[in-house]
Parts: sequence; C-alpha cells; structure tokens
Amino acid sequence: MDNNYFIKTESLCASYKEDDGRSVEVLKNINIGIKKGEYVAVLGHNGSGKSTFAKLLNMILTPDSGRIFIDGTDITREDMTEKEIYDIRRKIGMVFQNPDNQLVATIVEEDVAFGPENLGIPSDEIRRRVDEALATVGMTEYAGHEPHRLSGGQKQRVAIAGIIAMMPECMVFDESTAMLDPVGRKEVMDTIDMLNRERGITVINITHHMNEAVRADRVIVLNDGKVYMDGTPEEIFNEPYKLELAGLEVPQCTALIQELRRKGVALDGECTTPEKCAALLIKALGGRNNG
Amino acid sequence: MKNISLGQFYPGSSIIHRLDPRMKLILALVYIVCSFLARNVISFGVLLLSSFVLIILSNIPMSLILRSVRPILFILAFTVIINIFWTSGETLLFEWKFIHIYLEGVMNAVFMVVRIFVLIVGTSLLLTYTTTPIALTDAIEQLFAPLKKIKVPVHEFAMMMTIALRFIPTLIDETDKIMSAQKARGADFTNGSLVKRAKALIPILIPLFVSAFRRADELATAMECRCYHGGEGRTRMNILHYSVKDFIWLFLVVAFAAGLVVINNIGIGYTM
Repeated sequence: MDNNYFIKTESLCASYKEDDGRSVEVLKNINIGIKKGEYVAVLGHNGSGKSTFAKLLNMILTPDSGRIFIDGTDITREDMTEKEIYDIRRKIGMVFQNPDNQLVATIVEEDVAFGPENLGIPSDEIRRRVDEALATVGMTEYAGHEPHRLSGGQKQRVAIAGIIAMMPECMVFDESTAMLDPVGRKEVMDTIDMLNRERGITVINITHHMNEAVRADRVIVLNDGKVYMDGTPEEIFNEPYKLELAGLEVPQCTALIQELRRKGVALDGECTTPEKCAALLIKALGGRNNG
Repeated sequence: MKNISLGQFYPGSSIIHRLDPRMKLILALVYIVCSFLARNVISFGVLLLSSFVLIILSNIPMSLILRSVRPILFILAFTVIINIFWTSGETLLFEWKFIHIYLEGVMNAVFMVVRIFVLIVGTSLLLTYTTTPIALTDAIEQLFAPLKKIKVPVHEFAMMMTIALRFIPTLIDETDKIMSAQKARGADFTNGSLVKRAKALIPILIPLFVSAFRRADELATAMECRCYHGGEGRTRMNILHYSVKDFIWLFLVVAFAAGLVVINNIGIGYTM
C-alpha cells in the first residue's frame, strides 16, 4: 500500500437499486489516489457517479467490489468495528447540497456542537472547538441565532463549522454551493479555499460549476462512471472538445481565449480565471491599460 | 415568515427566566398540585395572590398573560354555568321555576375559575413564557435520564423534539411556497364549501409530505456523517447545573403547598 496517498481507491465499482429493482452501475473500476492537503475538484454531469463516489468515502454507501484505503486503512474490509467507522467519518467530513437538511439543532452553536457531542468529547473541550470553528467560518456573531433566520450561505457556513469542530483531515463538499445565490456561493467557496490553504485540510469539491473547479489544484472529470480526465485545471480546460463530449463546458474566459487563439490572435499561457484572462488580454493589447 | 417564533417564549432575564429549566419543570408540577390543594376562601385567595406574585417576578406584561387565558374562556364559562346551576347546597340564593341557585354553587364556580386560571398562568409562566423550547427539551432529557435504565427512549424522544422544533419553521416556509405555487396555477383555498376547501388542501399536503420525507432522509445521512449513533457515549456542550437559588425556590414552593394545607383547616366560610 502506497502510504503517500490519504485516499486511495483500487478498482472501485458501485451500483444502486432503482425503484423497480433494477440495479444501475454508477462507478466502474475507479482508481484514484488523493494526497494529504490536496485540493481536488470532481466534475461530472448529473448521473456521472460523483455523489456516489463521495458517499463511499465515509461508508454511507458500500461498494460492490474494489477497495478504498483511507489513511492506510482498508475501509472495505469485513471486520470494520463501529469505532473505526466513526473514526473514518470524523476524518472525512461531508457537507451536502441543501443547507436546511443538515442542520439538526435549533441554535447555531448547538448545531456546531452536535458532531463533537456524538464523539463523546468533554464539554469544555466542545465549547472551545465550537467557538474556534465558528470563528474560522466567520459566524461567531451568529452563535445564538436560530438557523432558519440565516441566509443560505450562512447556513452552509454553519454546516461547515459543524464539520470543522470534529477536526477532520479531509472535507468532501457534495455540490455544497448548488442551492446558493452568487453571494452565498462566494462565501462558501472562499471558506473552502481558506480551509485548504490555511488549515491544510484535504478538500474534495464535487461540483458542476467550472469556475469552482478552476480554484482546485487538480480536477478529476467523471463520465459514465469512469475517470474520464485527471489533471490540473489548465490541462483539463485546454481540451474543450473532450470536455463537451462529457457534457461539460469550459469556463467562459477559457473559451474566449481559445476562440481568439483560433482566430489567429497571439496569446501565450493558460487561462482559467477571469483575472488571468484579463492579464492575458492586456498583454496582447500591448499593455496599454495598466490601471 | 422569517419572524415566526416558536412557542410563547418571552425573552427576558427575570429571576424566573434564570432558574434551571429542570427545576422549573419540578416547580410547575408542585404548583399544579398546589392549585388542587386549596379548599377554602383563604387558601384560594392566597393561591390567586401567589400567581400575581409570579407574574410580577417574571416581568411579563399582563396583556400577554391575558392572551394566554383567552383560549380557555369558553371552558371557564362552561365551568361557571355547570357549577352554578347544578350544585345543590343548603343556602338557597335564587329560585325561579326549575332553576335553583345555591351559595355553594356560586362559591364552587368562583373556586374553579381561580383554580383553572392559576393552573394556566402558573404553568405558562414557569415553563413556556420563561423557558426556550430547546432548554425545555434539554430539561426533559436530563430530568428523565434515570428512566433510560428501564429502557425508556428518553434521548430519542428529546432528539425527536429538537428536530421537530428545528424543522417547524422550515416546513411552514415550504407550505407557503407550495400554496403560492398552487395559487399561481389557479387553486382557490378561500371559496366554496368546507368539503371543497378541504379538497383544495390535498395538492398542498402531498408535495409537503414528499418533501418532508426527502428532508428526513437527507438529514439522517447528514447526522450519520457526523457520527450520530444514539444517546450512548454522547456528551453535551451545555450541562445544566442547579444553583442554590433553585433549591431556595423549591423550598419556598413546597412550603407554600404545606401552608395551603394548614390554611384549609381554618374553619372559615364554605369549604369545597
């Protein structure tokens, strides 16, 4: 077993049962290794198996065949004890799509305390962790609020704080921004970036927003239950036609640069963010606009 | 809809607000017993006085108290009529054809009204007005924790209450949205016969139920991801602590109950 990987899957296959009893294969022979501290975006259109992949990592679902190693432990073995399962779930925190459906308590700080309480941590330590987690996501002033009075982005940040309070080593975001407005999405994405860059938490962001994927160090594209592409955002978005075949589009700024290049405009370098795009264009225009 | 508040909690920091919620539950219980202990004019008078003392101590506006009494006005009126017309006694006050009103009946009616008023005011002051629903849930969980030994699912019950409290506003919001959506499609909830209006509710209830089940499913997954595995081995962030003032209150209220029993033995006027 290669110990360099925090998460490693070996020929992982999974399926789910439809309502009519027919079994649908969603993951076919997945081999992925993710290192500690990596920031990975998993892209794929609906039904590409990306959500199933997330739920396999913390044993909410079990695979049909293949093995998953978390931090060197094979979590697909038969003799996993309950304690080991809870330890895996503590290490791999998960934030879901609907912020309303993951908050349990009627007060923000009580909700953040929910995870540590389940782990049986002494109360003064829980208090310390809750205060710290709320400060990390910038929600300290809302500690005494009721969740239903918060905005979507704020609720999602509370959900993230609830996971941080469990001191995870890896966080999986399963389309956590899909139901948010642009403001809420930015709040959450900034929080995710910060967790990876400043706290060194391994991040797996499952999404279908291209401009979220470009924030990652590495992008994995799933298509039809298989790893379709795997590389840096620049590498991935340099192949717009291949992406289109998987039902995905490159970010608009990347598409613009590629279109210009095809039309004969000389542009050097890769471009995945609006900022880089602007810099490239300025350079091409001879640096006339320096302001 | 964002401003919906749960229960009747009235924020404040009065002596009663600051009592331990578990003690408030116990006190409410003793106070209910008190209201049934009173038997004569003096003890009912003292009882009524005590409830006004509670109102003053809790700093809750009188208008709010009266509002909580309003729903039971009908029951009060009913009690008065039954007691006045159907109690027979020795001192006849009024007689007309088949109607006989005795002094005892009038006294009984007044006593019953005082008793019900004290019951409502006492329990709502000690519990719902001065305690948040979540504190009340915590109190129930911790007060009844010994029952876990005989396999009563105390923790599960408290968790259900917490989740219900958490999701009531969410589901109300959702009902609102569905109603607007159905209205936009031409649904009419205000006109027609009772049956017709009841039928119009079906297109609201079905999506609401479907969505509630979906939410429950997602919440269960999220809870599992956060290592929830029942009450076993679970700690709490906020642990309730009794303080001296809680026990002083308990002593006072129990002494009050004993006092009522003593007063009952003073042979003054009519005894119920």
